[in-house]
Amino acid sequence: MLATAAALAALILGTLAAVATFAGGLGGLGPWDWRAVWFTLWQAVASASLSALLAIPVARALARRRFPGRAVLVILLGAPFILPVIVAIMGLISVFGRTGALNGLVRSVGLPEISIYGWQGVILAHVFFNLPLAVRMILQGWQAIPAERFRLAESLDFAPADLARHLERPMLRAVLPGVWLAIFLVCLTSFTVALALGGGPRATTVELAIYQAFRFDFDLGRAATLGLVQVGLCLAALALASRVTLPSAFGAGLDAGHSPAAPRGWRRAGDAMAIGLAAGFLLWPMAAVTLRGLPRMAALSSDVWAAAGRSVAMALGSAGLTLVVALVLALAMTRAGRARGWIEAAGMLPIVASPLVLGTGLYLILRRWAGPDDLALPVTMAINAVMALPFALRILIPAARVMEMDYGRLAASLDLRGWARLRVLVLPRLSGPLGFAGGLAAALAMGDLGVITLFANDNPTLPLKLYQLMNAYRMEDAAACAVLLMAISFALFWGFDRMGRRA
Amino acid sequence: MLEFRDVSVSLGEFRLSADFAVRPGARVAVIGPSGSGKSTLLSLVAGFLMPDQGVVAWDGRDLGGVAPGKRPVSILFQDQNLFPHLSVAQNVGLGVRPDLRLSAEQTDRVSQAIERVGLSGMEDRRPSALSGGQQSRVALARVLLRARPVLLLDEPFGALGPALKIEMLNLLSEIARESGATVLMVTHDPEDARFFAPETVVVEGGVAHAPTATGPLLDDPPPGLRAYLG
Amino acid sequence: MRFRPLMLALLAATPAAAQDKPVLTVYAGDYITSEWGPGPKIEEGFEAFCNCDLQFVTGDVLPRVLMEGEGTEADIVFGLNTDVTARARASGLFAPHGQDTTDMSLPIEWTDDVFLPYNWGETAFIYDETRLENPPASFQELLDAPDDLKIVIQDPRSSISGLAMLLWVKAVYGDQAPEAWAKLAPKVLTVTKGWSESYGMFTEGEADMVLSYTTSPAYHIEAEGDETKHAAIFAEGHYFMAELAAQVAGTDQPELAQAFMDWILTPDFQTTVPIANWSLPSKLPEDQWPEVMRNLPRPDKTIFYTEDEAEALRKPALDEWLAAFSR
Repeated sequence: MLATAAALAALILGTLAAVATFAGGLGGLGPWDWRAVWFTLWQAVASASLSALLAIPVARALARRRFPGRAVLVILLGAPFILPVIVAIMGLISVFGRTGALNGLVRSVGLPEISIYGWQGVILAHVFFNLPLAVRMILQGWQAIPAERFRLAESLDFAPADLARHLERPMLRAVLPGVWLAIFLVCLTSFTVALALGGGPRATTVELAIYQAFRFDFDLGRAATLGLVQVGLCLAALALASRVTLPSAFGAGLDAGHSPAAPRGWRRAGDAMAIGLAAGFLLWPMAAVTLRGLPRMAALSSDVWAAAGRSVAMALGSAGLTLVVALVLALAMTRAGRARGWIEAAGMLPIVASPLVLGTGLYLILRRWAGPDDLALPVTMAINAVMALPFALRILIPAARVMEMDYGRLAASLDLRGWARLRVLVLPRLSGPLGFAGGLAAALAMGDLGVITLFANDNPTLPLKLYQLMNAYRMEDAAACAVLLMAISFALFWGFDRMGRRA
Repeated sequence: MLEFRDVSVSLGEFRLSADFAVRPGARVAVIGPSGSGKSTLLSLVAGFLMPDQGVVAWDGRDLGGVAPGKRPVSILFQDQNLFPHLSVAQNVGLGVRPDLRLSAEQTDRVSQAIERVGLSGMEDRRPSALSGGQQSRVALARVLLRARPVLLLDEPFGALGPALKIEMLNLLSEIARESGATVLMVTHDPEDARFFAPETVVVEGGVAHAPTATGPLLDDPPPGLRAYLG
Repeated sequence: MRFRPLMLALLAATPAAAQDKPVLTVYAGDYITSEWGPGPKIEEGFEAFCNCDLQFVTGDVLPRVLMEGEGTEADIVFGLNTDVTARARASGLFAPHGQDTTDMSLPIEWTDDVFLPYNWGETAFIYDETRLENPPASFQELLDAPDDLKIVIQDPRSSISGLAMLLWVKAVYGDQAPEAWAKLAPKVLTVTKGWSESYGMFTEGEADMVLSYTTSPAYHIEAEGDETKHAAIFAEGHYFMAELAAQVAGTDQPELAQAFMDWILTPDFQTTVPIANWSLPSKLPEDQWPEVMRNLPRPDKTIFYTEDEAEALRKPALDEWLAAFSR
């Protein structure tokens, strides 16, 4: 199990080393590169803080209100996180752009128009992507507070303020650092978002600088240095987070559903507003993309459908791989003593590994043994699986820990080991988190463009097909293709998640 | 024979030592103040905890290197004795084969055990659809099938009402008698000890004392125990 | 051709017929090989007479060839741009094309004996006449236009057309380029990674003008019957962009590779491939151009830096651009 973690670290750092070796050493960074580092850090801090803060009222409202369609809404609100970037940008522009619906509204009442181009656009897009992640993680925190605590609070006649002080704030204190860290790391490697909405080179991120070094200057030494800077930032953030993250002290949750008390009065209106605004913000852009692309769906060529099929197969493979590795690591972490920190760090590394460096490094390492065309599929699958790993681990580790605490001794005393333990205890107990993680991995793999076009072959994936359509001026078809891509990503996520809950 | 040979274990500030033997087939209550180390004593036998020094032995064999599941021991915890995602029959079946690949004959034995604890017809239910007493019966049915010579009980009936608890203790007595098992039962209630266990181990002041006859002990408790019993 | 390991061959099954014929491996960008690009026409046209199997390998062509070095599988590299030839040439991996380039249908002299242009165009700003009634008639008019005229351009660090614009501005304004960029910057709605994102924003109506090519309106006219999109023709001239092909010196199919290079300038190729790429033919008398291309307004002047000039200007011009946009 330690070997798995070591292999992972070797993959991330080894590919970096391979790129640097090919370049004959690390390259120096120029002033523009350092500006990119600063902008990257700044926007990641802003995006993470804003996402986490905004998610609190939404998660609380969803935790304590019950209304028809709530379950569907919770799933739908998760959608932007798994939306392919290009699709999301299309949607955001059609709502918040100059000619977007919102500015139409703003103009009609005589207010100055809002611009999403610039740093505010980058942050808006990042909040759009990551608010769902934050809401979901915080909502889980709320649901992890045992019902007994809420009943106790009720019997002690706690006012909402007391509830906040004694139950909710300690929970948030435990959950928020992890939420913030996850989003910070995601935003650290942002690339396309910054480039489409950033308004100009002020919004250059490190990942973009890597792309530039690789693609335009063919300066692999600088690319490797920048990749190293990115990994360094990740490790620093992890070290910082480990100091402020507290283990949640709420113990095991029950299988049965429950919800905290729902205060009446103005708080009811407040909750309704939080849910309404979040739903509007997150769902409107997706609805806009859908409406625009839907009419041309039927006219998509068979090539596009073939690409869709390939992408689905690839996404399923990636998700399977992610689940196996994540499960092995999560189970190892429940047992490993001092090695725990290292396993966790190795598991989180891929989140800031540059796919470009990873792909190039793998290419340089593997080309001795096989042609890149033969490797296109397995390498793409493996890279996508690795990239989804940090998210899968975040989901699985706490669940595995709870399982170990609740049933570890019982299983040990019954001599439940090996495959039997996996089948009788682990898979059924973790089916929910496994389904969630698998859905996430599959959807992320589905939307991945494969920046590693070094390995691209004649069998393009659906996102690549979308770009090809755009490159051929076929914007209408591209919009239809975007709807297809969004629908499949979503179906994959939903399918996995549902399978997990049913099992 | 279950032996604690000069055993001691420490967990941070906490320390527990034991040096005594329990004769085969004995039924022993383990009593003492909260946090005195009653559960720790059971964990040493079950294998969840290794002694810092000394040996825990069964029939003269050191249990030191033996994994919990391979020890001649069944244990019932305060709670979480059943897997909530498995049916009654599956939970009981784990006592026959942990991988649940049961032959027809083994399935019959599972049914008999369930019948024996009075839960016929509930084979397919999940634990969440059972009452507390019924859940205890399922756990006992599994103990019955595992048929290990040592049975450790860590207050498994603590949450049951008095009548129900008596019922369970009766069922437990029958099972223990039939299998001739050596039983160690942690309890807070002196009446449980009188009812079920002819002998009692007092855990107090960092020491688990050798078993003595329950009746006289409770009639004239030593000072430490007296403070606890009130 | 490197031998494919057996296990991986199962993943990438090759058609049986292809085994009997020699294979010409062509590295090309994925926009070329897609069903909407010129790739299918190239494959069909060449296989019609070569008695071979033309196989495209798509992706980042130049970085990949540079990394593969002498061991590259490529026989032909297709779709390089004029601004990367310096680095490509420096690698020493490419062989002369052996074609007569005196009589090309290009606005400039072509003397390069290694990289052969197969189609071309110029950078230009595209506008929609229904939304912009008085387009600027010169670069200066664009700079002097009010700041609420919004344009989208591409990043010169990640896009070929973005780099071309960098050189365009440098050619028009020389030492005054920083001031020119400073005047342009407030009109730039956003800078995108590639051409396609920019163009998408333009067709969505987000921007009034988009950095693209003089030939872009041809697509709208031919494929959509839409005659409202035009290239704004600037008096100062437009920057030349050609797409190039070259053969690999170490090819194991020298005859096939040469045959392919020989084919590029023939009417057979020139009447089919450039139009599929929405570009102008590099060697075809103008009266034989597709009608839609013949009717497009042409700039009076075409600007082009030599390879060495462009390479020398690239870094300082980029710094000027970065400085203007980071203020």
